[in-house]
Amino acid sequence: MMRFAIAVLTVVLTVAGFADAEEKQVRRVAVPVVKIEKGEACVAPTGEMRRDHMNMLLHQRDRTLRQGIRESRFSLKNCVDCHASRETGSVLGKDAFCSSCHAYAAVSMDCFECHTPLRQSRTASAPR
Amino acid sequence: MSPDRRQFLGWGAAAAVTAAGAALAPGLRLIELAQARSPEEAASALQRWGLLIDITKCTDCDVCVTACSKENGWTGHGRPETDPQWIRKVSLRDKRTGYAQTLPLMCQHCEHPPCVDVCPTGASFRRDDGIVLVDKHTCIGCRYCVLACPFGARSFIHETVSGQKADVPRGKGTVESCTLCVHRVDRGEIPACVEACNRDGGKALAFGDLNDPSAEIHRRLRSEASTQVRADLALNTGVRYQGL
Repeated sequence: MMRFAIAVLTVVLTVAGFADAEEKQVRRVAVPVVKIEKGEACVAPTGEMRRDHMNMLLHQRDRTLRQGIRESRFSLKNCVDCHASRETGSVLGKDAFCSSCHAYAAVSMDCFECHTPLRQSRTASAPR
Repeated sequence: MSPDRRQFLGWGAAAAVTAAGAALAPGLRLIELAQARSPEEAASALQRWGLLIDITKCTDCDVCVTACSKENGWTGHGRPETDPQWIRKVSLRDKRTGYAQTLPLMCQHCEHPPCVDVCPTGASFRRDDGIVLVDKHTCIGCRYCVLACPFGARSFIHETVSGQKADVPRGKGTVESCTLCVHRVDRGEIPACVEACNRDGGKALAFGDLNDPSAEIHRRLRSEASTQVRADLALNTGVRYQGL
């Protein structure tokens, strides 16, 4: 009986050890920092934003550029305004909202090759 | 229904224009007011934005060029062959008489733009209200449009760009040109070059809706002589010149 108990204990410990190793394996990649700087809620529920933010941006960009519809809700400017870091004012860089998640997911984004990653001080004439 | 901010500003601007107009004859306004759409409304083919440039008033200054550069965030690198050039001053001189003129030249916002015809990806396009733009999301930087434009209005971005304006995204490997300050027009403002010329220059530039019979630009085009650059190409340009 004692021998059986030891065997069970060994198995349990081994499995736990593997699990621990697995967790460490995952942690070798920096976990994204999701730091929301401003505002209570995003323009859509978090789950929807995580899944679909790229589609929202894609459709908005075509509407804005081709048809001149400049709604602020799904605009990139609106994203940056809330999610830019308080310190750097940018959504790019270490621990910044956009770049840390995309680095984790190994997705390269081209938005900021052309668009500014910096939060703009809102002027009176800017559309909201 | 309570008026929103945009509506309120519109009333204010309308009141200001009426006040300014009171000093002149009825129907004559000092400043042409661009009609603002709401941000949710698409650009419409009922409008056609254009410029009227009176060369006789165009002086030797370059405030329009500086204003454009400041508004849209483009700068040169001291390499005139490849530097971006959304608007430039062109000098003309009659060889026989020595009569010299200077004029600003930019994208002429054609009704039948050759740049749109040649674009292999559809990146070069004409918006419904007549503004010719480049969709940099689909531009592959082939530069066919640069060659096709009879006005040399387009330029290619050779260098990595940083510090762009939020309203004017620009990036390496794409083609760009005058956007008629589309971000300002969508807010109901006039292009930066027109504003600067009316403030610091010779008041040679006028902006407005070519389709709107009540617009000052429409009235002037109807009653005064004007020309298109390269009218022989029948492109029906949105930018018209006087005194050329």
